[in-house]
Amino acid sequence: MNPVNYLYLAALLFSIGATGVLIRRNAIVVFMCVELMLNACNLAFVAFSRLHGNLDGQIIAFFTMVVAAAEVVVGLAIIVSLFRSRHSASVDDASLMKL
Amino acid sequence: MENLIALLIAAPLLGAAVLLCGGRALDRTGHLLGTLLSLASFAFGLVLFTDMLGKDAEERALHQHLFSWIPVEGFQADVAFQLDQLSMTFVLLISGVGTLIHIYSIGYMEHDERRRRFFGYLNLFLAAMLLLVLADNYLLLYVGWEGVGLASYLLIGFWQHKPSAATAAKKAFLVNRVGDMGLSIAIMLMFTTFGTFAFGPVLEATGDTGEGKLTAIALMLLLAACGKSAQVPLQSWLGDAMEGPTPVSALIHAATMVTAGVYLIVRSGAIFNAAPDAQLVVTIVGAVTLLFGAIVGCAKDDIKKALAGSTMSQIGYMVLAAGLGPIGYVFAIMHLVTHGFFKAGLFLGAGSVMHGMNDEVDMRRYGGLRKYMPVTFVTFGLGYLAIIGFPGLSGFFSKDKIIEAAFAKGGTEGWILGSVALLGAAITAFYMTRVMLMTFFGEERWRKQAAIASGAGEDYQEPHPHESPKSMTIPMIILAFGSVFAGGFFSIGDRFLHWLEPVTAHEHGHPPISAGAVTGATVAVLVLGVAAAWLMYGRRPVPAVAPRGSLLTRAARRDLLQDDFNHVVLVRGGEHLTRSLVYLDHSLVDGAVNGTAASVGGLSGRLRRLQNGYVRSYAVSMFGGAALIVAATLLMRAV
Amino acid sequence: MSFPLLTATAALPALGAVATAAVPAGKRNAAKSLALLVSLATLGLAVAVLVRFDPDGGRYQLTESHSWIKDFGVRYELGVDGIGVALLALTALLIPFIILAGWHDADPLETSSSRWRPTQGFFALILAVEAMVILSFEATDVFLFYIFFEAMLIPMYFLIGGFGDRAHPHQDEKTAAAQRSYAAVKFLLYNLVGGLIMLAAVIGLYTVAGSFSLTEIAEARADGSLDMATSTERWLFLGFFFAFAVKAPLWPLHTWLPNAMGESTAPVAVLITAVVDKVGTFAMLRFCLQLFPEASKWATPAILVLAVISIVYGALLAVGQRDIKRLVAYASISHFGFIILGIFAMTSQGQSGATLYMVNHGISTAALMLVAGFLISRRGSRLIADYGGVQKTAPLLAGTFLIGSLATLSLPGLAPFISEFLVLVGTFSRYPAIGIIATFGIVLAALYSLVLYQRTMTGPVKPELAKIPDLRVRELAVVVPLIALLVFLGVYPKPLTELVDPAVKHTMSDVQKKDPRPDVEASK
Repeated sequence: MNPVNYLYLAALLFSIGATGVLIRRNAIVVFMCVELMLNACNLAFVAFSRLHGNLDGQIIAFFTMVVAAAEVVVGLAIIVSLFRSRHSASVDDASLMKL
Repeated sequence: MENLIALLIAAPLLGAAVLLCGGRALDRTGHLLGTLLSLASFAFGLVLFTDMLGKDAEERALHQHLFSWIPVEGFQADVAFQLDQLSMTFVLLISGVGTLIHIYSIGYMEHDERRRRFFGYLNLFLAAMLLLVLADNYLLLYVGWEGVGLASYLLIGFWQHKPSAATAAKKAFLVNRVGDMGLSIAIMLMFTTFGTFAFGPVLEATGDTGEGKLTAIALMLLLAACGKSAQVPLQSWLGDAMEGPTPVSALIHAATMVTAGVYLIVRSGAIFNAAPDAQLVVTIVGAVTLLFGAIVGCAKDDIKKALAGSTMSQIGYMVLAAGLGPIGYVFAIMHLVTHGFFKAGLFLGAGSVMHGMNDEVDMRRYGGLRKYMPVTFVTFGLGYLAIIGFPGLSGFFSKDKIIEAAFAKGGTEGWILGSVALLGAAITAFYMTRVMLMTFFGEERWRKQAAIASGAGEDYQEPHPHESPKSMTIPMIILAFGSVFAGGFFSIGDRFLHWLEPVTAHEHGHPPISAGAVTGATVAVLVLGVAAAWLMYGRRPVPAVAPRGSLLTRAARRDLLQDDFNHVVLVRGGEHLTRSLVYLDHSLVDGAVNGTAASVGGLSGRLRRLQNGYVRSYAVSMFGGAALIVAATLLMRAV
Repeated sequence: MSFPLLTATAALPALGAVATAAVPAGKRNAAKSLALLVSLATLGLAVAVLVRFDPDGGRYQLTESHSWIKDFGVRYELGVDGIGVALLALTALLIPFIILAGWHDADPLETSSSRWRPTQGFFALILAVEAMVILSFEATDVFLFYIFFEAMLIPMYFLIGGFGDRAHPHQDEKTAAAQRSYAAVKFLLYNLVGGLIMLAAVIGLYTVAGSFSLTEIAEARADGSLDMATSTERWLFLGFFFAFAVKAPLWPLHTWLPNAMGESTAPVAVLITAVVDKVGTFAMLRFCLQLFPEASKWATPAILVLAVISIVYGALLAVGQRDIKRLVAYASISHFGFIILGIFAMTSQGQSGATLYMVNHGISTAALMLVAGFLISRRGSRLIADYGGVQKTAPLLAGTFLIGSLATLSLPGLAPFISEFLVLVGTFSRYPAIGIIATFGIVLAALYSLVLYQRTMTGPVKPELAKIPDLRVRELAVVVPLIALLVFLGVYPKPLTELVDPAVKHTMSDVQKKDPRPDVEASK
């Protein structure tokens, strides 16, 4: 199969993720959408790796996975503590960081 | 000998310092100290005078260099004095009349709790005035010039609790400052033209430069003289200056300070001689003022203001004479000296009258006082005869010479100036006779009934006219002597002329009509003026309330509307200007600054709204930014 | 190595400031006495500088030089010429009087417990300002100068914003505090904007010249080894001049001064106008003319016009003021116009006059403003309309006030006359028209001074003023020496002119200008 199709898929997944981040209010869903965007990037990296015939993209994909895992840990912890203090997981309720 | 010159000034200056800085301890003796130091100054003057008489006419001038005052690269101002015949004349007049007036003030100011300070100011005035006439350069003269202005300011406003006195003092200083501006511009012009402003070098070098520059300098000097000597158009302060105590009016605003302008013109004779256009302006100013003052003097009911008008007019004569050049300088100074005697005497007489009349100044509340104050009456009467130019008395000699010199100017100008001077003499006779008649003759209008009938309140205190104490009458008697004999003494054998000639130079004028005819005309107009006054004020009773009078009379009462003009144009105009400037400074200059600050604040307020705290909106800006970068990169590639 | 006298004159007040601030809260009087002592000791050091300084010696004397920031060639370089010595002496002289006059200005108020008035801080800040001003007069390194030029804003900001009284008894505390903080912020922002532009110019100068040292750059410019493009020089000149014109202040950058002087206490107002503002005019003479002679000549016509506008405009606005302190502030704007006029007339008389003017204006404004402050403290109002007839109840106060007013209107015999006349002559000999317009300033000066005196001191006594006390001993100790100095320098200014003259000659040769010759000589 033409590897370019994987790129199209990655772009689609990224757009879905981005839209989700922008329009959803539930922190968990926003978080999952961020994961979706990260994985779309991973897919694109692997596809580029295949396209260019070297391993750079695959290596970076591994890095991304590690960072994403760390992020999941910190992010979920924040969301859980947020939920505990506010009894809500809506991101709009956490809008105090403004001038 | 020359070391004495500084002492002339130092004595009264010391008096001023001690009296003004010393505390209450000096209250009881201060006036004596002040008088003594003034007398000391006069004594030094006499010593120098006798020494000067012993020398040849050409070698009489003395110089004293005290110290270098402002030494700056290319600019040299020294504290140095010059005593020649002209200065000597002034020194004797100032310290002599000054001492007499100190003595007079001992009695006049006896009941004033601030007498010590009054004498301090008088001493300050003497020091400044002596500095003015002794300076050997224009800048030091300027110090004395403003110094007398300060003393005059302090003394006019001596009774500061009266708002009118404080206003009059301020007005005098301000009008004088306009004149001073002229003097400082003149000095600057001299500096740029000659590189110096010492009398000697400047007056010798007048031939080296063009007439235009000299005319400019001369006109600026004239402006200064107009301010100090109350000449049109800067004359308006003199009438108000009468708010000061009467000895002050006698010394400063009649005998000495106001004649400083004449001194300045005569001293700068070399400049004026080389600038005929400026000289013409000087004579015009003098002629206009002599009529102006005389007309104002006719209408005033306040005895001091009537005398002030007369002073203005007499100085007009002097300025006129000074403007005539070498044919007039000597006579200007001669009239100045005789005027110093009789006008000081007249003012002291007026003060003596006021002293006995509860400080009343309105001549319509006087009348018939000759019985009550015989000494004042006689001395005032002699001064009166002198000023109107009664043959044989001082004023006759000096004024007659000026009128002659005016005719001798030649051409149409000579005729006009001479006629104006003659007309002035007639008006002088008129208004002085009026003062004399209203004060010492006629009904006793100061009686309670008469006063109440003329509109005084029920609480009117009837005065008890009485002769003044000896300390006041003796100076008046001495001045009366001067008024009677000085003119004759000066004129016999042209003594005064020969005395001053080495300094001012003299040319004999040739009037188009004979000297005898001029004298005859002078006497004729004198008789005319006296007769007119007698018809109006002697033959019939003086109305206790001033009649409305003709348009001219009403205008003259208001100083020929000059004050109204000043008020409308300068005072009101100035107020509007400053008020609008204050508004503009606030709204425009400061407004621009505050506006900038406000718009920066407003802009940041707008920008702040972007920070709404919602994660989504931050995410949008991130995506938008990323999209923009991508788009920009692609665009760059494409191009 | 000799004793670093110049550093000591600045270090002493700086250390004194720290020590004063550290005095425990309860011991206010100890703090005041300490501050006074330190300022007097600084005056002693300044006298030592005066004695050690030889007017006919080299241009900069008592120099000190140490490397500071090597990477940028910034050096700790001090040195004074005659002009610097004169102003240093003026500063050291005025500070003790300012401290003495402000003795009770920072006492805690009895009536309102809400306002905390830290006495120690007040006096410490004054000493801090003194140290920085002295250093700016001494610095011969452009960057070093810039640092102190800017740093002195901080203590000044606190002095203006933190201390002051109500404008009149009917004003409430809140409005007064709001106006005070407005004035302080305005002062700070104005001067910071000026300083920022100057910083850009300082950096620009470094990139062009490769050095911050005034002496090095000036020498390089003089012998032609440092060539600046005309436009570069002009831009750099404008950057420096703008900052100094804000500080001086020159019309139309003046509006911070009336606010700052009006809202602060009288001693602080004197500190602003008599001491801090002098840094601006001093720097014009030292930096603008020396570093950018060609650009200075290029800008002269415009600056002269602005200076003349300042003279007339300041005087006219002074006439229209209703607040005593604001009146003095506008009068100062007029006087700064004269100083700038003298500097840029580019004649010996003008520049000597301008330097003398800085000193004399410092003394005369101090005399007038401090007496005005004593008056205001007696009535609790700055409004002229609240006064009248003071001469009857407090003749000494009125008398000293009159002398201060007369000094302000440049009466001959008092010091300001000499400087004003020198400036006028110096200007007139090159620019007659401008000289004549400036001469109108002397009439206007008489107007605002005497109107102020008449309205406050003469006339019938206002009932509120019937029982005010005359000057006290402490207040006399402030006023009498200042007046004595005004008289002395008016009669015998020779020591001062001899100090200043050689420095002016150097400046004149910097800009390569010669005095115009008198017509009579020129025509021969």
